[in-house]
Parts: sequence; C-alpha cells; structure tokens
Amino acid sequence: MDIIVCVKQVPDTLEVNVNRETNTLIREGVDGVINPFDLYAVEEGLRLKEQYGGMVTVLSMGPPQVVDTLRQALGLGTDNAVLLNDIGFAGADTLATSYTLAKAVKRIGHFDLIICGRQAVDGDTAHVGPSLAEKLGVPHISCVIKINEVTDEYMITERMTEEGIEKVKLSLPGLITVSKGINKPRFPSLIGKIKAARAEIEVWSTQDINADEDKIGLKGSPTRVVKMVTPQHERQGLFLEGSVQEKVTDLVSKLRQVKVL
Amino acid sequence: MGIRVIEEKCKGCKLCVEVCPFGAITVTKKLARIDIANCNLCGACVEACEEFAAIELVREETPIIDKSQYRGVWVFAEQKEGRITNVTLELLCEGRKLADKLGESLCAMLLGDQVAKAARDLICFGADKVYLAESGQLDVFIEDTFTEVITGLIKEHKPNIVLLGATAIGRSLAPRVASRLETGLTADCTGLEIDPETRNLLQTRPAFGGNLMATIICPNHRPQMASVRPRVFNRPQRDELRIGRIVRYDYKGHSLTQRAQLLAVVKESAKTAGIAETEIIVAGGVGLGDAGNFKIIENLAQVLDGGVGASRRAVDAGWAPYTHQVGQTGKTVRPKLYIACGISGAIQHLVGMQSSEIIVAINKDPKAPIFNVADYSIVGDVLEVVPALTEEIKKTRTEDKEPVIQNSKQESELVLSS
Repeated sequence: MDIIVCVKQVPDTLEVNVNRETNTLIREGVDGVINPFDLYAVEEGLRLKEQYGGMVTVLSMGPPQVVDTLRQALGLGTDNAVLLNDIGFAGADTLATSYTLAKAVKRIGHFDLIICGRQAVDGDTAHVGPSLAEKLGVPHISCVIKINEVTDEYMITERMTEEGIEKVKLSLPGLITVSKGINKPRFPSLIGKIKAARAEIEVWSTQDINADEDKIGLKGSPTRVVKMVTPQHERQGLFLEGSVQEKVTDLVSKLRQVKVL
Repeated sequence: MGIRVIEEKCKGCKLCVEVCPFGAITVTKKLARIDIANCNLCGACVEACEEFAAIELVREETPIIDKSQYRGVWVFAEQKEGRITNVTLELLCEGRKLADKLGESLCAMLLGDQVAKAARDLICFGADKVYLAESGQLDVFIEDTFTEVITGLIKEHKPNIVLLGATAIGRSLAPRVASRLETGLTADCTGLEIDPETRNLLQTRPAFGGNLMATIICPNHRPQMASVRPRVFNRPQRDELRIGRIVRYDYKGHSLTQRAQLLAVVKESAKTAGIAETEIIVAGGVGLGDAGNFKIIENLAQVLDGGVGASRRAVDAGWAPYTHQVGQTGKTVRPKLYIACGISGAIQHLVGMQSSEIIVAINKDPKAPIFNVADYSIVGDVLEVVPALTEEIKKTRTEDKEPVIQNSKQESELVLSS
C-alpha cells in the first residue's frame, strides 16, 4: 500500500505572542514544529505500511527550513520526503496550496492512500485535505479516528461527527484526514534519527511539478487577508471574596439572579 | 504582482516593521527588507510608509469573471432526518441580513430523501427560494453526491455568496465544492459584513489559535464562499406567513457516483455526546491534579444536569476522552453557563468557549488568563471550591422543591426559638 502523507510546519503556537501595542505577532524565537495533527497522519501511514507493506512518502510545501520537519518524519520511519519550495509558492491560500500539492502528487506517481492531518493549528481551516482530494479526483473522508479494515479496493473508517461516530467505507485510491485519538504517535529511534540526518530530501520547484504559474502562490489564491486585529476580551471578571463557603453562596445567588441556575 | 522596497527612499525608520502583521520585515543598516515567504501583500507597510513612499506594492487586479452576473445569498441547509439543524437557522438569520444589504434574494439548498416538508420551514425562517433536490441517493450525506448536486446548482444559477455551517458535514463539503468551482473559501467565520464600497463580503475569523482576528475577502472570484461557526449567530423568528418559492432541482443530468458509503451511525450516549449542545458545561483542567479528582467535575455537572468538558492538557493526561475536549483542537461550545475549574485559560482553550453566555472561573492562580474572560471569578483551590459549590447547588435545589408553606413554618419556628 503506497501512502503519501502531507505535513505542514507550523509555529509552535503555544509560544506565539501578540504585541498588544502594535497588534502584531511576535515571531522571534518561535520554532517551527510539525503540525500536531500531522503527527497522527505520519503515525497512521507507518502503521498501515507495517501491516500491508508499501512505501510512505511525506510531502510538504514551505520555506527551506521545512526540511527539519521532513527529517523529523523520516526519523520516525517514512521512506521518502519531498519539499515543495519556490518563491512562486509563497502566499498561497488553501486553493492554491491544494493545487500545488496535487501537481506534486502527480509527479510522485502511484498512491493508494493520502493521509493529511485534520487541520493545521495555525490556519485551522481543514480545507487542504478535501480540496486536494477534489483536485486529484479521488474520494475523501474527513476527521477519521479509526481504521477498521483495509483491502486493495477499499477501507472502512470511523469518522467523528457532532452526534458521535459514523462508519464509512471509502474506495481506494482515496484521501483521509485524521484526528487526534486515531493512534499514539511513536518517538523516533536513534537509528532513525541518524538515517534521517543523512537522508536526501528532494526539493521541487514550480517547473519540477509542471505547475501553472497562475494557479500557485498569491496569484493563484482567490482569498486575501485585508485586516488583522487583536480580539478584545470584553468581560471584566467580578472576583468573589470571603471564605470558600461565602464565595460559593455568593456565586450561586448571582447565577440565580442572572437566571442561568 | 509583487512588493519591493525602493532603496533610495527608505530611511530605515522601522515604521513598517511595527505594522507588519506577519513579521515579514526586518531593518538592517537602515534599510528595510521584506521576506517574501512570510509576506501576504496586505499593504499595511505601504500605508505606514506614506511619508517616505519607499514601499511599492503592485497587485494585478484583473477581474477573472463578470461579477455582476452573480446574484443572491445562498445557504446550504443541513438537515438531520428531515429536521433543519440549528446552524442552518443561524445561516438563514445572518444570510437574510446580508441579502437585504445587497438588495438580493436569500436562497437555501436542501438535499435529502423525502425532505420536502423542511423546505417550507426554510421559507418560514427567512428564505425567499428553496432549491430542493430529493432522491434516495441523497438520503445520507456523502461528499461525492452532495458536491455534484451543489456545484451543479451553483454553476447553473450563479449565486454571489454561499454559506455553509462549519460542522463536520460543512467543513468536509465546502472545500470540495470550492475546489471544484476554483473559488475562494473562508473557514469557520465568526463575523460577516458587506463592504459598503466594494460590496465584497468581509469574512472575519480567528487566526493563529485565536490570537488574531483576520478579515478575509475574495475580491475577484465568485461565489464568495464561507463556512460559519455554529452558535455564533442568532436564530430567526419563525414567520408562518412568509411567502417563498420551492424549486425542484432535477440533477438527473449529472452522474452521481458514490465512492464512499455510510455503513453505520454510532451515536454517543446523551451524557458524553453533544457537549456542543448542552446548556451548562463544567470543564476541568490540569489544576485538578490527578485523574481521580476529575470526579468532582462530573459530580458538579450531574447536579447541574450539564455536560462535562476538559482542557487539552486534561485530555492528553487521559483524565477525559477526546470527545470532551473544548478548544481549538477540540470542540467549540457556547452554553448558557460555562464553569472552568482548574483551567489556566490558554488562548487555544479560550477560543473554544469564550462566547459562552456566562463564564465562571475557579483557579488558584489569580493571574490565570481564564479570569480575563470570566464573568464571575473565584480564586481558590478547585478541590475545595468545586465540592462546596456542588453541595450549595444541591441545597438550593432541595429548597426550591420544598413547598413555600414549609419554609414559612421553619421561619416561624426560628422566631419562636430565638
């Protein structure tokens, strides 16, 4: 079973701070890390490979430092890594990104399954997986939390919805996006790390994937950010005073006054 | 298309560095440099540099399509077993406002098997027209079939705006549809406005884990598509007298291939399911100390007849299942009452609960950020406060149940004995 796992490098969001005076992100000292949901995607790819054989290729698009993220995935046991890096790819929204990834997948060639993380934690759109599936003309299932059965023709998955779980059969080749809960990602082995450090990572440009320049990067992006503001927290918390008993009595009476109890 | 610093004009004043939302500008040797990899061409630096005019931004604004041909605000009506879902009502309410501002009509797309009755409901809640596609093949939601029917409708009738709920279905369907139509899509919007000048849809959504609110436009492509976060917008009043048209959509010209198949639905038990829908949520975080202490959260939730929520760290520690996680990588909730117990309030948690009506925070650290979004704050040990609160609520609940006459009798007894 040949698998392509798409990963994204994201800022370590817990460390992202906003300069409250200028309304801008403070990016200094913020490390790039693999998107947390993509770690589940890599792990699931490796587990399927261990069970059914085949190759796992990791694919990413971004600036040169993304090779660190790809090396991390290689250290976990993936076979190949490809980075899409070209000045022309910069500023891509989710449509341009999925077009670019689709062109790269076509160059990689054969695949049975593409796995993406459910969403990237910096953008939070959850668009790229389904949009990529559409560009490739394959079916997809979002938010998969379990894979029950895999054959050459199909796989049976469980996906998360608001009401609970849906069991869905997906024809292959296809694409799934995976959520937390599907597995527990492994740690890299020492040998894996050494191999990864030596591995060669292919870097492909616009020409390498034969992409249409009008469909990549900013030019290929229908959406545009026009404003960024820091949200204002409007509530002024009322601190309740006194002993524990006094505080809870006060709280209950206040909640009854505003009729939520 | 591009941006550049005009070197002879740049004074190295760093005004541009301060305004860049993407941290893409650095100044070295009194010369600004723009890192194209991080730049979004938003133009904030060009404005800031008005005095020196040292930054040049060239945008190719060639409209790809004739926008005047695209009219109408459309919503995708999600239904469960023939019943219109709440998020659909919210879309109708917000869509109605946008349609009125634009002077265009509001239409709903309704897909399913034997769901015609719900079409009338959509009109009562604000739609002018309902496109109804009914078939056994559309009985349950499958990406392939729904994408086929919806893109067919959109290509035929050319709406200006298409809104979907940011639900499991909407978030899987919308990118597929937008990708096929080659148009822009904004995810999980919490604010929608019409720009009075350009008449573009201004789509506001949280970005960077809620650290920033980004406003996004789709200036040269149509339709403008957005998924809308549930429970952010209001629901409309039902008007039995509203008049609208129901148009049956014959999609039979399309071949409906179905490469995925729904085999079974396993609903969660009422207790764990739908923390997204309960009116009261009691949520626990790492401040509880260990898994055993999580019980006090469940107890409080039980006396309040509410749901149990948990912070990411509590879920990662294995104290609560992932389906209970509230926040950026979990669920977004908007209950009447949210009680955060031992949750410090990382921004990723706050974005998932800060639109709750009333927020109570209990934490031992008076500087915890959770207090910034709370209406009522208690600084104290959760292990003392939460059980005390549970008892207090039990007590008031019992008092409520006792007949009034008994209360007055107790009072009079008290008077006698004193």
